[in-house]
Amino acid sequence: MTVELIVFGVAGLVCLAGAVGVVASKNPVHAALSLVATLFGIAVLFIAQEAHFLAAVQVIVYAGAIVVLFLFVIMFLGVDRADDLRVEPLGGQRIAAGVLGIGVVALVVAALASTSFEATGIHSDTGPLPDEGTYDISLLSEALFTKFVFAFELTSVLLVIAVIGAVVLARRTRKSDEIVDPGQEERAEQVAERMARAEARARVYERNRQPDEWGRPTAAGDDTGTDSADEAEEVTA
Amino acid sequence: MVDLVWLIPALPLAGFLVLLVAGRRLGEPVAGWVATAACFGSFVATAIVFAGLLGKPEEERHVVKTLFEWLPTGGFSVDLAFLADPLSITMALFVTGVGSLIHLYSIGYMHGDAGFPKFFVYLNLFVFSMLMLVLGSNLLVTFLGWEGVGACSYWLISFWFSDEKNASAGKKAFVTNRIGDWGFMVAMFLAFASIGSIDYADLTLAAESGELAAVTATGIGLLLFVGACGKSAQLPLYIWLPDAMAGPTPVSALIHAATMVTSGVFLMTRVNPILAAGYGWAPDIIAWTGGITALFAATIAVAQNDIKKVLAYSTVSQLGYMFLAVGTGAYVAAIFHMITHAFFKALLFLGSGSVIHGMHDEQDMRRMGGLRKAMPITAATFIVGWLAISGVPPFAGFWSKDEILLYAYDIHPALWAIGLFTALLTAFYMSRQVYLVFFGEPRWNDHDAVATADGDEVDGAHTTDAHATAENSEHHEVQPHESPWLMTTPLVVLAGLAIVGGGLNLPINSDTKFLERWLHPVIGENEVHIDVATGTKWALAVGAVALAVVGILAARAIYLKHRVKPVEPALLAHGWYYDEAVTAFVGGPGTQGFETAAAFDRTVVDGAVNGVGGLVQRTGRLLRQAQTGYVRTYALGITTGVVIVLGYFLTRLTF
Amino acid sequence: MLAAMEVTPAWYLVLGSLLFGIGAVGLLVRRNPLVMFMCIELMLNAVTLTFVTFSRMLDDIGGQTVVVFVLVVAAAEVVVGLGIIVALLRKRPEATADDLALLEG
Repeated sequence: MTVELIVFGVAGLVCLAGAVGVVASKNPVHAALSLVATLFGIAVLFIAQEAHFLAAVQVIVYAGAIVVLFLFVIMFLGVDRADDLRVEPLGGQRIAAGVLGIGVVALVVAALASTSFEATGIHSDTGPLPDEGTYDISLLSEALFTKFVFAFELTSVLLVIAVIGAVVLARRTRKSDEIVDPGQEERAEQVAERMARAEARARVYERNRQPDEWGRPTAAGDDTGTDSADEAEEVTA
Repeated sequence: MVDLVWLIPALPLAGFLVLLVAGRRLGEPVAGWVATAACFGSFVATAIVFAGLLGKPEEERHVVKTLFEWLPTGGFSVDLAFLADPLSITMALFVTGVGSLIHLYSIGYMHGDAGFPKFFVYLNLFVFSMLMLVLGSNLLVTFLGWEGVGACSYWLISFWFSDEKNASAGKKAFVTNRIGDWGFMVAMFLAFASIGSIDYADLTLAAESGELAAVTATGIGLLLFVGACGKSAQLPLYIWLPDAMAGPTPVSALIHAATMVTSGVFLMTRVNPILAAGYGWAPDIIAWTGGITALFAATIAVAQNDIKKVLAYSTVSQLGYMFLAVGTGAYVAAIFHMITHAFFKALLFLGSGSVIHGMHDEQDMRRMGGLRKAMPITAATFIVGWLAISGVPPFAGFWSKDEILLYAYDIHPALWAIGLFTALLTAFYMSRQVYLVFFGEPRWNDHDAVATADGDEVDGAHTTDAHATAENSEHHEVQPHESPWLMTTPLVVLAGLAIVGGGLNLPINSDTKFLERWLHPVIGENEVHIDVATGTKWALAVGAVALAVVGILAARAIYLKHRVKPVEPALLAHGWYYDEAVTAFVGGPGTQGFETAAAFDRTVVDGAVNGVGGLVQRTGRLLRQAQTGYVRTYALGITTGVVIVLGYFLTRLTF
Repeated sequence: MLAAMEVTPAWYLVLGSLLFGIGAVGLLVRRNPLVMFMCIELMLNAVTLTFVTFSRMLDDIGGQTVVVFVLVVAAAEVVVGLGIIVALLRKRPEATADDLALLEG
């Protein structure tokens, strides 16, 4: 019983348990916590493979920042109510998903097996793993800041863009920030008129619900056009 | 001198254009004189070219004068070129000659008509088209003329189109011709498909060298014969010719006796190498069609009461003789008969026009009689024509008809018998016509005869020359008079030609057979040779003359001396009910066929096109169902794609 | 008997593929946008595990470099994605992935 085997076993189990937890939890908070478990498991596996720096980064960035971000949003928006996992509106989705999931795993394993689990790729020009004595972090930084400096700079630009995007997307527009548009009131009236008419139409539609043009009955609980239009109006306002 | 061949069609074309622009201003009678001058000038030009050809040795009598390249398309190039050889110049001679005489006649006949200039516009255009037809050096120029004469025929037949009957007659002629034209066109396509050219020279070369397969040659020959049947009014497409008598009489004389209807015979003679290169049974079909048509039309002519209808059916019958000759291989005899027929038939038609004119637009023979005292010149010339067509020597008709019967006797004895019987009928009905019109007691003011005629009026056989107003129902006093010199001069000229026309090809010995020697370069080896003992020839000739005399005497007994009751069954008077049969067929099964074709077009052809559109629509509607809008469905699709691609690469790599 | 087995890198690869599969199934099955996002993170982690394993198998630091980049991009992606989700769920807190079905044919 080597240490490696024990470590692998425990960490692997934790990962898988966490993964299943993410998928199967009704409460999103539980799902987030399961995700943390998986991330920790992965970090342990990184260490087992002598990628110490990456393990640290994984814990700090992923578990420490990203999942916290997730939890912020969950709490902030109050969507911690449980999902109803018993209903699946899209028919056959779960079966298909199950089949495909098994298919993907099986094919990937088959791909690996076809080479007898040996890595057959060409070595890149970034150099070998560190021996005993040198640290992986120094080799990593060397590669990152010399050979991959361009990609590194690009990722920093990406981060800036992401931050700006997040700010723009998530802000609440204040009245004073809104652009003054001379015809806005008139348009607002027209929009209100159209909305009223659409609502009247929707009510008529509800009353005379007919099968659609291919003879399929329209299901109850379907989105009628008005709701989505309603939502779309508000989102773009 | 032969280079002037382009002048021959150019002069009538010039006349046409001048009259088109200035005809109405020139008015009567200047427009008529312009047209006649153009036609006569063309005749002079033809004579010059003729002299030029005579001056050449026999082998060189084949001159092609190209004006310009007409259709210079890639692999198919057609020139607008004229071919001056014995056959075409012979045709051009009598087309322009007889045409000039008829132009002259028309100045007198159409006097007072409101459409006087228009008439000559059409006449000149007709002569131009006819000359293009005969002078063309390839099938397409001939077809240009072919279509042109068809169009002019339509315009001229329905010249007085305010009467619906005349308009219908014109339409009937055009449509029936068109059916024949289909055959012509397919023959052209076939010729092009097999040897890549529609030039007569190339066709002759291909046919004689064996390059043209027998099947193709037969196909081309028979398809051109279909065209000839339409244009030359043979069974089953003859129905337009009797109705075409609705046009003015000069039109009937020029187009439906002397020139247009002979273009079918001309075409067959022109492509005689192709007929020779085909199967042997193809000319037999031509001969039998001609023979049966001759007999058929002759039987109908016996029972007609309209003076022009008799002549119309007579024309169909005589054309049948010509095709009989062509089918037997006796091309020279056919051309000979064509020439003599042009003389005496034009004479007969013009004479009948003179009678109609003198009788103030009366056309029913039952209301005529004893006219030879009132119209002596007309009567005399008409009698010459009558003797010529009946085959009485020494008039022209005897020599040409006898040639045909001689060849038929040697090659198709059955057809000889038919031809002989038809000759008897020809003599009979022509004599009947002459006796009814010119001899006997005058019936034009005889109320009994008029009443009988009125009561007996058979619609199908009676189409008045629409000069007539309501005069037929008014029985007022008619004073027939002789026609003016403008009309009688051409009659006299034609009579003279009918008398001496036989001299073209007297069968006495090879020296006197001018026409045969003249046409040798064109027909040459394809002219069938017969060896008949001189005694047999004499016997046949005497027999034919005897039969003609029998016919004349029989008619005399019935219609002049009134010793025997006339036999004119309604079957014959109605033309064996052929017209009615055609109408019933077209109205009944024919219309059904058209409806089926239209329905086929609607459902299958249109259906296919619309079906493609519908298919696209339906496929789109089907495929649209994949756009559910649900993100998770799309994710499912992506994952499916991943699985498929992975699977594909794995299987490719491992197997 | 377990003692005789040795942990070859292949085991890590298989674990990685399993995690990836579970993440894919979760993405297809769950409707809550946040949970779907978490499944995506799961898949990304499976991939990083695989990269590190290959880095060790091929004796190459390049695999680990890629993992760094994956981490950065995943962070950026989470930021923007959560921003969008916030914007959406602010108006309709009970929205699921199935409600965004306007683009249908």
